[in-house]
Amino acid sequence: MNKIFKMAIRNLMRYKRRTLLTSLLITVGILTVILFSGLAGSFKEMMIGQITDSNLAQIQIHKKGYVASIDSMPLNLNLSPKRYKTIENILQDHPDVHAHAPRIKLSAMLSNYSETTNIRLNAVDPEKETMVCPDVTDRMVFKDNVRKKLFVKPGEIIIPKNLAKGMKIKAGSLVVIVAQNKDSSINGLNFTVAAVIESVLGPQGKEGYIHIKDARTLLRMEKPEVTEIAIRIKNFNKLNTVYADLKSSLLKFKNEKGEPIFEIHTWKKLSPFVNIANMIDIMTISMKIIMIAIVLISILNVMIMSVYERIREIGTMIAIGTSPGKIMGLFLSEGFFLGLVSGIAGNVIGVAGIYLLNIFKIRFSFGRVDNLILSPAININELFWLTVIVLLVSVFATLPPAYKASKMEPVDALRHV
Amino acid sequence: MALVKIENVSKIYQMGEVEVKALQNISLSIDKASFVSFVGPSGSGKTTILNLIGCLDKPTAGDVFVAGEHINLLNRKQSAAFRGSVLGFIFQSFNLLPVLTTFENIEYPLVMIKNISQSIRNRAVLKVLKSVGMLEQKDKFPDQLSGGQKQRAAVARALVTQPKLVLADEPTANLDKKSAVNVIQLMRAMRDELGTTFIFSTHDPKIMKEAEVVFTLEDGMLLTEDSRKNNFTF
Ligand SMILES: Nc1ncnc2c1ncn2[C@@H]1O[C@H](COP(=O)(O)OP(=O)(O)O)[C@@H](O)[C@H]1O
Ligand SMILES: [Mg+2]
Repeated sequence: MNKIFKMAIRNLMRYKRRTLLTSLLITVGILTVILFSGLAGSFKEMMIGQITDSNLAQIQIHKKGYVASIDSMPLNLNLSPKRYKTIENILQDHPDVHAHAPRIKLSAMLSNYSETTNIRLNAVDPEKETMVCPDVTDRMVFKDNVRKKLFVKPGEIIIPKNLAKGMKIKAGSLVVIVAQNKDSSINGLNFTVAAVIESVLGPQGKEGYIHIKDARTLLRMEKPEVTEIAIRIKNFNKLNTVYADLKSSLLKFKNEKGEPIFEIHTWKKLSPFVNIANMIDIMTISMKIIMIAIVLISILNVMIMSVYERIREIGTMIAIGTSPGKIMGLFLSEGFFLGLVSGIAGNVIGVAGIYLLNIFKIRFSFGRVDNLILSPAININELFWLTVIVLLVSVFATLPPAYKASKMEPVDALRHV
Repeated sequence: MALVKIENVSKIYQMGEVEVKALQNISLSIDKASFVSFVGPSGSGKTTILNLIGCLDKPTAGDVFVAGEHINLLNRKQSAAFRGSVLGFIFQSFNLLPVLTTFENIEYPLVMIKNISQSIRNRAVLKVLKSVGMLEQKDKFPDQLSGGQKQRAAVARALVTQPKLVLADEPTANLDKKSAVNVIQLMRAMRDELGTTFIFSTHDPKIMKEAEVVFTLEDGMLLTEDSRKNNFTF
C-alpha cells in the first residue's frame, strides 16, 4: 500500500508546476470558504447578539395570541400573577435558563407640555432586564454618564432618539405619559427623561423604557400583571433544544376549551433579521458548493491529463501483470494526495487568515451601533468536515480517469506513442 | 512437453472495410529453456505473435497454450495474474517506470504483483541486479541510465519473479550495436543460468545470429523453421 502512495506522490512531483497550480487553486477555494464563513459567521453572530442582547432577548413567553397582534400592543392579553408564577417556576427549575425578566408592553401618549405624540413603551424591572439583555444600556445616552444595572428608576423614562429629537426633549426634561388601560380608563403620570436611546430596526426597536411599577400604576392594575417574559439561556448554541423543552412544558397548560394558555417564541420568530441570518447561511453554503465545483473540475482535469500522458506507462504496468485494482489505486491515491496537500494548505492559510483578521480588527456599524469589531472564528469541526469533503470530492473526481486507466488494453496502450 | 504451443492461429484486424491479416494459420511449438527469435521485416507480424504468446491479446482463430494454460480462455484479470506469475516482459523502449529507481523498478513486480515480503524482496532484487551487472546503478532513476543500462535493468525486472518465459519484442532496436549484442548475450547467459525460456523478435541479422531457434515471418506467414543456420537480410 505505501508503495502505491510513494509512486503516487512521486508522480505528482513529476509535474511540479501543474500540481502546484492545481493545488493552489484548491487552496484558494478552501481559503475563501474559511475566510468567508468565518467573517459571515461572526457577522451573523454579532447581529444576532445585537438583537437578542440589547432589546429582544433570546426567547419570549406570552399569553397565547399576543405575538399575532403584537403591533396593537393589546393589554387584554396579559399574564396574571398566578400564571406568571407558574412560568417562573418552570424557568427557575430549568438548568439551561440563565435569567428571565417580566415586561409590560404598552402604547401611550407622550407630551412635553406643548406637543403630544405616540410612544411605545417597554416597562421593565431594570435589574432583571439587564440579566436577560446585558447590552440594553449600550444604546442609551444618559445625562449622568453610564448607568448599568438600574438604568431606569421609578419616575424616569428613557425616550427613543428620533422622538426626542422631534419633540426637542433631552435627558433631564420633564414629560407626561397618558395611557388608557384595558377598561378604557385614562390615566397620566409625570416622568423625568433619564436617557435617550438609539433605535434599532425591528418591531421592538423603537421602544422607550419605564419602570414596571410605573406601568402598573399608570394602567391601574389591581394585580401585578405581565405582558411578556423575556428569557436568556446559558448556552446560546442550545437555543433550539431549550426552546423545544420549554415549549413542551408550557403546552401542558390548557384552558377550559383545551387550548394552550401560553405561547413561546425564539428571536427567530420575533425579528425580521432572521431573514438576513438565513441569507448569510445560504451564501456560506453557496461558497462551499463553488469550492466543491473548483475541486471537482481542477482535479478531474489534472487527472485526465495525467492518465493521458502516461498511457504507455499504464500499458507497461498492466502488461507485466499489475491488476486493474492496483492501477485504480495508484491514480486514486494521486487524486487523494492532491486533495490532501491542498486541503492542509488551505486550512493552514485559512486559519492564519482568520488569526490575522482578529489581529487587524475589522470595525463596522450595525443598527446605529458603531465600532462593532468582527471577530471571525471557525471551529475545528467545520475545518474537519471541510477537509473531509475536499478529500471525498478529490477521490470522486479521480474515479473516471482512474477507471479508464485500469480498463486500458495493454496492447493498445503499449503501441501508443 | 513444449512450453509454448500455437495451433492454426490467425489474427485479423478489422480496419473499417479493410481486413488486415496480421497472422495466417500459424502452428509452432517452443521447448522449455530454448532461446528463440522471431524475425521478419516490419509489419510481418512479430509483435502480434509475441502479444499472443504474452497473453496480451487473443487470436482470431486457433489456440495458444503457454505453460499448459489455454490462454484463449483467460479473462482480463486472470490474464494479468498469469502474466505476472509465469511471464516476464522486455520492451523495445525499455519502459522502466520513470518515478522509480533501478532498484524499485526491479522490485516493482514483487511488490505490486506478487506481494512478497521485504527481506526476501531485497535479496531477490540484489541478486538479479548483480547478475545483470547493475548493482552500482541501483539508486539511479531511469533518466540517469544509458540505453544499454536501461535494458539491463529491464532484463532484471523481467527475471526477478523467476518466470518460466521471457518475451522481448525488439529489445535491441533502440540500442547501439555493442549494447545490443551485450543485452542479447546477457539474456542468453541468464537462460543458461536460470533455465528461463527467452523469445525475442528482431529484424537485425547480427542479433538473430545469437538465437538458437529462429522463426521467420513474412506477411503474417511462417516461412521456415531454421535452427542456427540463418543468413537472411532484411
Ligand atoms: N491494432 C491493429 N490494428 C490494425 N492493424 C494492426 C494492428 N496491430 C498490427 N496491425 C497490422 O498487423 C500487421 C502486423 O503488425 P506487427 O505484428 O506489429 O508487425 P511487426 O511487429 O513485425 O512490425 C501490420 O500490417 C500492422 O499494420
Ligand atoms: Mg513490432
